Amino acid sequence: MNINFTEEEIAFREEIRHFLAEEYPADIRRKRDEGIELTPEDTIRWQKTLHKRGWFAVNWPVEHGGTGWTPVQNYIFANEMARANTPILIPFGFKMVGPIIYTFGSEEQKQRFLPDILESNVWWCQGYSEPGAGSDLASLKTKADRGSDGDGDHYVVNGTKTWTTLGQFADWIFCLVRTSSDVARKQEGISFILIDMRTSGVTVKPIITIEGDHEVNEIHFDNVRVPAENLVGEEGRGWTYGKVLLQHERLNVAGVASSQYRLNRLKETAALSVHGGQPLIENHNFARKIATLEIELKGLEYTELRTLASIATSDAPGPESSYLKILGTEIQQSLDALMMEAAGYYALPYVPTQYDLDYPDDDRIGVGAQTKTSLRYFNNRKASIYGGSNEIQKNIIAKHVLGL
Amino acid sequence: MDFSLSEEQTMLSDSIARFINTDYDFEKRQAIAASDAGFSSEMWQTFAELGWTAVPFSEADGGLDGGPVELMLVMEQFGRGLVVEPYLANIVLAGGVLKRVANTTQKSQWLSPIIEGKLHAALAFAEPQSRFNLADIATTASKDGDSYVLNGRKAFVLNGNSADMLIIPARTSGDRMDESGITLFAVPADTPGLRRQAYATVDGLHAAEVILEDIRVDADNVLGEPEQGYATLASVIDEATLAICAEAMGIAQTMQDKTVEYAKIRMQFGVPISSFQALQHRMVDTAMLCEQSRSLLYWCVMLNVAEDAGASRAISALKYQIGSAGIKVGREAVQIHGGMGVTWELDVAHYFKRLTAIDVMFGNADYHLDRFIALE
Repeated sequence: MNINFTEEEIAFREEIRHFLAEEYPADIRRKRDEGIELTPEDTIRWQKTLHKRGWFAVNWPVEHGGTGWTPVQNYIFANEMARANTPILIPFGFKMVGPIIYTFGSEEQKQRFLPDILESNVWWCQGYSEPGAGSDLASLKTKADRGSDGDGDHYVVNGTKTWTTLGQFADWIFCLVRTSSDVARKQEGISFILIDMRTSGVTVKPIITIEGDHEVNEIHFDNVRVPAENLVGEEGRGWTYGKVLLQHERLNVAGVASSQYRLNRLKETAALSVHGGQPLIENHNFARKIATLEIELKGLEYTELRTLASIATSDAPGPESSYLKILGTEIQQSLDALMMEAAGYYALPYVPTQYDLDYPDDDRIGVGAQTKTSLRYFNNRKASIYGGSNEIQKNIIAKHVLGL
Repeated sequence: MDFSLSEEQTMLSDSIARFINTDYDFEKRQAIAASDAGFSSEMWQTFAELGWTAVPFSEADGGLDGGPVELMLVMEQFGRGLVVEPYLANIVLAGGVLKRVANTTQKSQWLSPIIEGKLHAALAFAEPQSRFNLADIATTASKDGDSYVLNGRKAFVLNGNSADMLIIPARTSGDRMDESGITLFAVPADTPGLRRQAYATVDGLHAAEVILEDIRVDADNVLGEPEQGYATLASVIDEATLAICAEAMGIAQTMQDKTVEYAKIRMQFGVPISSFQALQHRMVDTAMLCEQSRSLLYWCVMLNVAEDAGASRAISALKYQIGSAGIKVGREAVQIHGGMGVTWELDVAHYFKRLTAIDVMFGNADYHLDRFIALE
């Protein structure tokens, strides 16, 4: 057992720091540090910058354009990115549908879709949840009938997908759809298909979330014709593919490095806030809340490292990734709550426009980017609900890890 | 960064695990714990012959040169077996002081026989009023010619009942809470004026209150620099804290595994109780506590191997985690075992008592959370 990085790993870290110093655009950095909303173009520009260096789809196998990094290298990379507060990458292409396509897709699909994902030319979104199928995802009803319009080369898709994050910007959507209802178990008869958002019959309807933002959408499919070649893998096997993807997704949401960054920000904020004539961070109750969180986060960091070390030889994380989802989101939400607490009254003003770039600096209310904390707090109650609610994760652990 | 064990480390861990499985089952443990001494001298000799008592000492001292990783492996297995032999008191605490500051003569007089399993020792780190503060020492030692005269009372001296030699921290100068002015004395148990009130503890161990009335100790028996004993004490207690955290990990994991297995076979209302979601989620919660605790244990051990500046703070993080998580895991295990969980007959009940005791030892979760904050 050894906690130190090797000389190669230290050199690798320096290489990343050098890259960030040279290539992380100053305007995006400023927006991130001041809590100003990034445009989709900002994020895409950053993703392209990473790709140019070969550091975008770091999780992919080398033959498909990934890095082949060790778990420790991935850990170092994630930490350095969080330390520099770089933009959150759009996960739907490179972290979600990409791995499904290179694992289960045809040669044609790989050639057609993977390069555009790597180069961030195409914006993907996810079509899993439905108005009637939340945590009970397998009860989904969106139907894809092959040849129902007399054309066997096409599926006709009808139904509604919901909670589609950033779907308003998307070019393509990957969907779980029902291709057969004549099945013994509802997990059967589900297929994984790719749909061009410009196809006629696709409509996007915004859903405004609790903090007032337009982040998620409802997507309606009304007799949408999808070429049969857009089916990934075998018909009826979509549930299995989707499960693999969900395990990848859960691994992402641990968010250790970004929580570490936010914990440091929290300490800074608590050092500025005054409580009873002294900095809030010196208040015993508050200091204990921060300390408990810091210990919890350190535990999660090493739980993730241990998980990565143990799966380094296999292709996909196992059900243990559910631990990371639960712990990671609990910690994020605790951070959100403590940020609110540290902001005091300035957690309460609701002036969303002041996070726009052209809002006059002098007119911003609150100290620094502090007032955004409530937006984040309310918005992020989603974290314990999405990606399979935390209760569903507990069911998964109970069944597949503990064998209950 | 590397979580893997060396071949020697794996062998050490496996050999103790095998021993526990074949030679130290729960019934045997209960019989040993119920004996007058509270441990088996024969068993202790076996530990010495197998080299386990030599693990955390340097080769020069006749040890195996083990570090935090080896100590963790030994203690985790001892936790699994709920071992009552005084490894912590003899090897980690008394041996810990001797290996750090004893001179050559003192080492051959006390440390070598401890490693050989022939001498029992104890470290009197607490006093009735001190709670978890190692500097709170009211016991005094005044110089008188070539010797010192000690007066005071030591609390909860683990293995104090069986010890042939006790290490007594006493104040040679300064006020009660001062870190300076503490001197460590090696005191033979048969020193006139030394009185012991022995008792069993809830977790199957034995301890004693030690009363010192004008006992005379030779100046040659001072361990390390006079007045400088606090740093030694603090360092030994850090190592001992890490050791019992590893022991607690072994216990908590064993309780977790036993509870999950029990839930699968215990039938109520015609079905195994493992099918109830209310219980499933609770077992998942305790499983996560075990995983988080193990992660912090590895982190902490690796920082200590690297002698990192934050190693001591990490020990407090770990003790906070293991202390609070251990109690939760223990209570849930008892609860899910139902009525059986509160019987003397069931091993789970005794694992729970040891976990409860470990939370108190060297400062409970609250104490270590505050220490974690103070050390930032």
